[in-house]
Formats: sequence, structure tokens, C-alpha cells
Amino acid sequence: MEETGLRGNLAGVKHILLVLSGKGGVGKSTVSTELALALWHTGKKVGILDVDLCGPSIPRMLKAQGKAVHQCDSGWVPVFVDQDKGISLMSIGFLLEKPDDAVVWRGPKKNALIKQFISDVAWGELDFLIVDTPPGTSDEHISTVESLRPYKPLGAVLVTTPQVVSVGDVRRELTFCKKMGLRVIGIVENMSGFVCPHCSECTNIFSKGGGEELAKHAGVPFLGYVPLDPHLTQSLEEGKDFIQEFPKSSAFPALAYIAQQIMDSTAPQGS
Amino acid sequence: MAEGPGAAPPHDCPGTSSAQAGRAAACQGCPNQGLCASGGVAAPDPAIEEIKEKMKTVKHKILVLSGKGGVGKSTFSAHLAYGLAEDETKQVALLDIDICGPSIPKMMGLEGEQVHQSGSGWSPVYVEENLSVMSVGFLLSSPDDAVIWRGPKKNGMIKQFLRDVDWGEIDYLIVDTPPGTSDEHLSIVQYLSSTHIDGVVIITTPQEVSLQDVRKEINFCHKVKLPIIGVVENMSGFVCPKCKNESQIFPLTTGGAEKMCQNLNISLLGKVPLDPQIGKSCDKGQSFLSEIPESPATSSYRNIIQRIQEYCGLHHSQEKII
Ligand SMILES: Nc1ncnc2c1ncn2[C@@H]1O[C@H](COP(=O)(O)OP(=O)(O)OP(=O)(O)O)[C@@H](O)[C@H]1O
Ligand SMILES: Nc1ncnc2c1ncn2[C@@H]1O[C@H](COP(=O)(O)OP(=O)(O)OP(=O)(O)O)[C@@H](O)[C@H]1O
Ligand SMILES: [Mg+2]
Ligand SMILES: [Mg+2]
Ligand SMILES: [Zn+2]
Repeated sequence: MEETGLRGNLAGVKHILLVLSGKGGVGKSTVSTELALALWHTGKKVGILDVDLCGPSIPRMLKAQGKAVHQCDSGWVPVFVDQDKGISLMSIGFLLEKPDDAVVWRGPKKNALIKQFISDVAWGELDFLIVDTPPGTSDEHISTVESLRPYKPLGAVLVTTPQVVSVGDVRRELTFCKKMGLRVIGIVENMSGFVCPHCSECTNIFSKGGGEELAKHAGVPFLGYVPLDPHLTQSLEEGKDFIQEFPKSSAFPALAYIAQQIMDSTAPQGS
Repeated sequence: MAEGPGAAPPHDCPGTSSAQAGRAAACQGCPNQGLCASGGVAAPDPAIEEIKEKMKTVKHKILVLSGKGGVGKSTFSAHLAYGLAEDETKQVALLDIDICGPSIPKMMGLEGEQVHQSGSGWSPVYVEENLSVMSVGFLLSSPDDAVIWRGPKKNGMIKQFLRDVDWGEIDYLIVDTPPGTSDEHLSIVQYLSSTHIDGVVIITTPQEVSLQDVRKEINFCHKVKLPIIGVVENMSGFVCPKCKNESQIFPLTTGGAEKMCQNLNISLLGKVPLDPQIGKSCDKGQSFLSEIPESPATSSYRNIIQRIQEYCGLHHSQEKII
């Protein structure tokens, strides 16, 4: 069907973007979630596809655990996070019998499900589809990028923390993007500095500046520093809307700026 | 909790080389069922026997696992290795099976090192005379090199690491893993299946977003019958260097590792606080334990390492009695 130019279930999706990192735990799912919320608050319709099959985080972060996906004529109906159906979500978390079930799958099975996620979810009309990924450059990533290629994704947002150990992995992820022909929209430096709520002293617990340096070195846009912010962790734990509830919090301006950059980057293509 | 073969949850691929491939209950409806069932239901990989021979000179094997990314698996693995190797009479080896995101070369100060071919296989890279390391990082030619490999190629690499590396006589082999429950994890367990694994150390951070993945990993361990030595809670609390007040950056919204361990009846080996010096030591490729011996994180690491040593010692003597 792709050959005939039909976009199937992705026909109504304007922009697809991937959130990637070579490193684990740097905040890919966090950035995916907050980006979705921020775009939604500007009136966009947003979908999130969670292709982290062994460790899906998005259902909890959007307080959608325990919800179920349903079948319809054109495929799977994603889970709607809000009443107005402004944010829809697909994750393996919705397919597990028990939340603690381990998904012990080798590559081929993961690839098959990802292909199904990409072709069979009835997203309807979306301004943005955000794809949250596990760390690495392996089956999930290759399959996702290959299956999305016909739909011409806008590009990838790369997330890193400032330490050398993390930046090193993200450097390799940049090579992955280059090899796969995926445009890099920019690099986010997350968990960059922590301001003590008691005395306002800033400590760079995970160092500082590594992400910005990498962006310079690689010649890709730097999307900004997101500080360590306990309000953010707390919001994600409880599935609260950080963007709405903590606009004065330290991570807010950075996250809002990233969302703005994403919207700007779509403007020339007319949206 | 899903334990025992009868209660195996669905979605559980037995692995392509299992005799159950394509035939297990979980294979129903899997797109690869036909492939697995017909694909010459693999005779056991002869490498498993070769690895058994190879591992006869390795006394203790410890895997470091977590369902969640970035919780400090590699940092812990590195410091477990550093800590154990402080006893010069012990020979310690550290194997990094995070094929797509190897952190160990950097953390052990070995970035840019290469492995050498010797008569008896690949020789690992040595930090000290009694501390050797193997990682895919030593096979890459530039820091920009990405390892864009699907499962089978990663599995091949892990097999080679176990079978073809000239490890020598070793007291402790520590294996650092990537997050998740997929190819790398199934392969290491499968390739070591005819040897004895002392057990697994599970790393988590205090918040539920991490614990929810870690519980999956614990279920994985039960399924493949890996004994769990215990859980380490990392990044628990941060003491401001200026005002000395503690902040819970990663809050214990559901009681942290302590509560989880109680519920699942496994040991909590200890808690390691956030300390900016840990990241710095890792970035410099030095042992935080010897760099900052007075830090509370150091004493916590040391306690945990001691408990692991005791566990292995106990285990070993029990085995000899049997
Ligand atoms: N800027 C921040 N401030 C405070 N906490 C944060 C921040 N960014 C992320 N976190 C927290 O850190 C943890 C890890 O983040 P997250 O799960 O988004 O990472 P990830 O890259 O998706 O991890 P994985 O590799 O396991 O998928 C989460 O508990 C999240 O709430
Ligand atoms: N207790 C701690 N205090 C401060 N920094 C820490 C602590 N533990 C780990 N780190 C830092 O956090 C980062 C992530 O740790 P590490 O790379 O060991 O995690 P990991 O679980 O191996 O990640 P991955 O899933 O990507 O393999 C590293 O930069 C490390 O230096
Ligand atoms: Mg994630
Ligand atoms: Mg690691
Ligand atoms: Zn303070």
C-alpha cells in the first residue's frame, strides 16, 4: 500500500518526530511526555507512540496505566489521555495482562510488533506523532526508522545528560541518524544542574555543558538545558500535567522553549 | 507474580534456540511462530559446551541488571570491580555486554584501548594486573562509531566474549548489561546455562518510573531461574554541599526499593546517595572509592561490595559441601 502512495493509518498525521538517545535514563520518555503536553496546550493534536517494549514509561507518565486499546475497523484505537482526545497514546503497556509482566522478546518479535504499531494504529488526525524509544541503536530503532521512512518523519530530537559517559553514547546515536538518513532536529541537555530548594546553590550533579558541546561539535542545533527539577520527577510519577501545574518551576522555560523550536521547525513546510 | 513454568505470562518468547521455539504457549499468534517452529529447531549451540570449559577457571559470576536505563548499572559494575580488585590476591574481570552503548571503557579509564589477538583468543584489556576488562568499545575505531546491530549479531558478539576471550584464572567475573529483558539478557543466560552463575545484583533508583521496570526484570530473573543476590538503590537523596540539607530529586513516591524488596521478599543490599563526584570519577575513568574515600557514597558502596563477597563466599562453600 505504501508503494501506491497511500499513508494508511498515518494519512492524517502531519509531522512525525522521534525522541532518541544512545544512553539510558537520560529523559527520553520525560521529553516525549512534556513535549506532547506542551504542544497540546498550544492547541495541537498529539499522538505518542511508545516503542520501548521492555520498559514502557509513557502510560504512567500520562496517568493512563490500566487503560485498554480497542480494535476498530481500521486497526487499534489508541488510548486517549484527556477527555477531548487531544493526546492519544499507544504503548505495549496497554497489552500486558499484569503491569509487572516482563516482555522477554528477542529482536524479530519486537520488530513485528513495532511494524504493527506503525501500520495498525488508527491515529486519525494528528498535528504531531511523537515516538519515544528505548536506548540504543538496535532492533527497535532500525525497525522504527525503516518503517517510518515512507512517511517522511520530520526528524529526531536527541536527549543527553551532560556527563562524558552519556555524551559518548549520544555521539554514536548521531552516527546512527546520519547512516539512517534521519534529520537531527537538535540536542537537549537534560538533568543539567540542580538548584537546592533550601539555599539556591546550584550543583552540577551530572556535570554541565556536555550536550551543548556535542551539538557544537556535530554542527546540529542545541535545544537547551533542562535542569534537574524535583517537581518534574514528581509530576511524572503521578501522571500530572507539569506544563500546566508548575509554570514557575525551573524546568518549565526550557521545556517550553524546546516545544517552540519544534513548532518553528515545522513552519517552513507549512502546517 | 508469575513464577514457575505453568504460570508463564503470555508474550514470553522462549528464544529462537529453545526447544520450545515456535511451540510454547507464548508462541501462539507470534508472527515468527512458523519460522521458529520450522527453522531447524536448533540443536543446542555447541558454544555452550565450549563456554562451560572456558568458565571452569572462573570462580564467581555476577550479573548486574536493571529494567531501567541510566540507573547506574555500569557505574556499579565498575566500582564492584574496582572494589573487589583492591584485594591484590583476587583476580577480577569485568565484561560489558552493552553492545550498543558501552560505558565501561570510559569508566575504567581505558578509552581508545584495543584488544589483542593472542594464541589462545582475544586478550582482555588490563587496568591493573588483577583487573581485566572486555567491551565492544575496544573493537571500535572511533568514538563516533555506532554499533547498529540487530539481535543476532549482538548475540554472536556475546558468545565470542565468553568463548574466545582469554580470561585466565579468575575469582570474580562481573557482567554489566544494557537495560531491558531482550537479546543480550537471554543470550548471556543461555550461554552461561551450563556454568554456575552466583547471582544477580539489581540496580534501581527510588522513583516508581524506575521500579516499575525493575519489577519486570525481577520477574525475568525468576523465569530464567537466576538467583538474586539483592537490590541496590542508587541516586537516593542528594545532600547539598553548601547547606547540607537533603533533597529527594528522585522521590520515593511508592516507598522506594525498600518497600519493593519487602513486597517481593528479596534483599536490599544498600542505598547509594547522589554524589557529583561519582559522575566526575566515571568521566575521568578513575575509582571513586579511592578518589573520594570519605564520601558517604563510598562507605555505602563498600558495604554493598562486602555483602556481595559474603554472599559469594557462602554460596561457594555450600556448593563444595554438596
Ligand atoms: N529534568 C529532570 N528533572 C528531574 N527528574 C527528571 C528530569 N528528567 C527526567 N527525570 C526523571 O528521571 C527518570 C528517568 O527519565 P526517563 O524515564 O524519561 O528517561 P529515559 O531516557 O526515557 O529512560 P529509559 O532509557 O529507561 O527509557 C524519570 O524518573 C524522570 O522522571
Ligand atoms: N550515585 C550517583 N551519584 C551521581 N551520579 C551517579 C550516581 N550513579 C551513577 N551516576 C552517574 O549517572 C550516569 C548514569 O549511570 P550509568 O551509566 O552507570 O547507568 P546505566 O544504568 O549503566 O545506564 P545505561 O542504561 O545507559 O547502561 C553516569 O554518568 C554516572 O556517572
Ligand atoms: Mg524511556
Ligand atoms: Mg550502562
Ligand atoms: Zn542547599
